[in-house]
Amino acid sequence: MEHDIGLWAIPIAILGGAIRVSTPFLFVSLGEVLTERSGRINLGLEGTLVFGAMAGYATAVVTGSAWAGVIVAALSGSLFGLLHGLICSLPKVNDIAIGIAMMLFGTGLAFYFGKPFIQPVAPDLPAIPLGFWSDLPQLRAALEVNVLFLIGIVLALGMAWMFRATRVGLIIRVVGDSTDAARAMGLRPALIRTLATATGGAFAGVGGAYLSLYYPGSWNEGISSGQGLMAVALVIFARWNPIACFGAALLFGGAGALGPALQSVGVTQGYYLFYAAPYVLTLGVLIAISSPNRAMTGAPGELSITK
Amino acid sequence: MTVIGEEPFPRGALEVQTVGMTMRFGAFTALDDVSITVGAGSFHALLGENGAGKSTLVKCMMGFYHATAGQMMLGRREVKIHDPRDAHRLGLGMVYQHFTLVPSLTAAENLVISRHDTPAMIDWAREKKALDAFMSAMPFRVPLDQPVARLAAGEKQKLEILKQLYLGRRFLILDEPTSVLTPDEADEVLGHVRGLCEKGEISVLMITHKFREVTAFADEVSVLRRGRLVGQGRVGGLSHAEMAAMMIGASAARAPLPREGAPGSAILSVSGAKARDRSGLKEIDIESLTVRAGEIVGIAGISGNGQMELMEILTGQRPLIAGEVEVEGKIYHATRPEALTLAVRYLPEEPLRNACAGRMSVAENIAFRSFDVNGVGRRFWLDGRGMRDKAGSLVEAFKVKTASLDTPIAALSGGNVQRAVLARELTGDVRLLVISNPCFGLDFAAVAEIRSRIVAARNAGAAVLLMSEDLDEVMELSDRILVMSEGRIAYETPAATADLATIGHHMGGHA
Ligand SMILES: Nc1ncnc2c1ncn2[C@@H]1O[C@H](COP(=O)(O)OP(=O)(O)OP(=O)(O)O)[C@@H](O)[C@H]1O
Ligand SMILES: [Mg+2]
Repeated sequence: MEHDIGLWAIPIAILGGAIRVSTPFLFVSLGEVLTERSGRINLGLEGTLVFGAMAGYATAVVTGSAWAGVIVAALSGSLFGLLHGLICSLPKVNDIAIGIAMMLFGTGLAFYFGKPFIQPVAPDLPAIPLGFWSDLPQLRAALEVNVLFLIGIVLALGMAWMFRATRVGLIIRVVGDSTDAARAMGLRPALIRTLATATGGAFAGVGGAYLSLYYPGSWNEGISSGQGLMAVALVIFARWNPIACFGAALLFGGAGALGPALQSVGVTQGYYLFYAAPYVLTLGVLIAISSPNRAMTGAPGELSITK
Repeated sequence: MTVIGEEPFPRGALEVQTVGMTMRFGAFTALDDVSITVGAGSFHALLGENGAGKSTLVKCMMGFYHATAGQMMLGRREVKIHDPRDAHRLGLGMVYQHFTLVPSLTAAENLVISRHDTPAMIDWAREKKALDAFMSAMPFRVPLDQPVARLAAGEKQKLEILKQLYLGRRFLILDEPTSVLTPDEADEVLGHVRGLCEKGEISVLMITHKFREVTAFADEVSVLRRGRLVGQGRVGGLSHAEMAAMMIGASAARAPLPREGAPGSAILSVSGAKARDRSGLKEIDIESLTVRAGEIVGIAGISGNGQMELMEILTGQRPLIAGEVEVEGKIYHATRPEALTLAVRYLPEEPLRNACAGRMSVAENIAFRSFDVNGVGRRFWLDGRGMRDKAGSLVEAFKVKTASLDTPIAALSGGNVQRAVLARELTGDVRLLVISNPCFGLDFAAVAEIRSRIVAARNAGAAVLLMSEDLDEVMELSDRILVMSEGRIAYETPAATADLATIGHHMGGHA
């Protein structure tokens, strides 16, 4: 049966797109929030994302289990984070430069090991049909929500709570805001930053697994269109707040779905301009929320970009 | 560190001893064979000029620096302290000279996270109740739910001390704990600490430049000069003059210059200026404020009553909602070219943070006003040698103690950062000088010298606006005194007829 819902198709497609596209943004940005709150920037998460996509896909192909893929992606992500963290703990090393090197290293390594896995097909991650109550196929498709998306929401809430009301959370904020204060407190900033970067790397790895195991759902060298880098901008936009990251990820996801949504209702001209929507959005939002009389509120004091 | 099987230290105040403590930074000996004993429950004062090595000594005790030689004894037992964490475990605590609170955390978060037994999950409702109970036993108060970055210097200083008391230390080091407190506030804080000593709960080692505090609160005093212990004694047996003599050796301080000339035309005028205060909740409202050439206008007030914001308005760090600031009749936005042509100079509070680039060298920091000017025009290429020569002569003239001109300015002692910034700001043509707590943490010889330089600038025709939490300083330097309270100028009087009690009344907001 054909359902014609006219222009309603656009918001529904955007909603569905937001949910589908936002998950990797969410994971990478949560990982970056954790890292940056501890006082370091890891620009290498783009590389971690791509490597996680490859490692997750390869594992799923070999073991036949998508979840095993997610776990391996997380582990490989944490190894990348650990490496970044350890190198940055050496004296006089710049985290941004190392991040760029790690980004190239991660993507290069993923392409090298990933060649044999472009053809085989891996099992998909499960999704929950939250649209069962509706008989509109478009809405049902849109509300087909992947488990990782839900895990991401829980993670965002959990992190917000962690930063507010747990010892670990406060320690990470202390280290991220003032190395001197942390040292006076007897904390070891380098160690804490390294662990935070490793954990953040694991999150980005999971984001990669989502790309290759669910949406778009295959492994190829063009799998990431810069989500790893845009997630860094997203963190600034979200003012280092995990819950705001969730909102921002949805917004970016929705903007990313604008082009395909227009195409799906038969707009044939100019829709490709809307493919640029997330990038325009990034710029617009950053300009709109900037303020001449306040330094970036919420920025951790030890970040090399804000210091 | 505690060794298994060893008896734990008895409860209450600790006896602490350093034996032959020596610290070298490269070839420079900052601390030379210093042995000090602080008895259990005693209040010990440590005196010394800027750069004498006081902070270095206490940082070695806390394990923040690793002493080149020497030992720490606790209750007559040798202990090895590798880092501050070891020291904390043993019950040692310190209030550092530069603030060590975490700026973006609230005061409550700062207190709770610095405990060694912070629970893995923090029940804020319970912690808040416990904190309120703790605070109600204190003679002074600090807002607990504001990020520390929004607190004024005086509030931060109180919070630092509160933190150590909250942590239940048994030996407490205070490195210039009252440098930005008013005398009344200082008495309140130190009186409370003194009371704890008398109850046998803590022993205290306090670094200070204020003899008044030594006489009022300490039992014993030790004096350092150029890294050596040059004198020790019970406070009762020493006069201020004797302590001063030990600190500076033979040479004496200069007396402030006599003032001359009458005030000229208005240089700085602020009218109807309104701005948000640092919490964003209240308003700073300066109806009218004029400073004329050849006059020092002193602003007295308890910290946190808008002085910081007024300084920020004048330095262009805080936007005005209404009103204007004029310098020599022209609207002033505090841009660098304006400051240059109108010869406006500043010394803000916490100069390391507000007037220096910490990682740049002393020479570079001193050149901030002049690196890009060449005579009257602009220069493109830096004149490295000229910068160094000028910095060298200023470092000498203002007696800035630094290992070299290339040392990052953040490595200088607190008082020496102050001197370096003053050297930069007081040099050349100065028509308007805006200064905040210019003698924050300086020893008395330096205080006299800096004050005489400020008076000299005034005598040379500069308009000086002085904000200070040290009432004596305001009284000594000013031609005219204003009192700030709740973001407003509450009272004005010529210095000649000023009455301390009236000023105190207005500072407290009881007008
Ligand atoms: N990390 C460091 N590297 C090199 N030199 C240092 C370092 N820390 C201190 N110094 C030098 O050691 C000397 C003693 O410094 P210290 O901070 O102990 O002085 P202070 O007595 O506390 O002075 P003030 O009253 O100004 O605070 C100074 O000359 C200082 O420049
Ligand atoms: Mg000192």
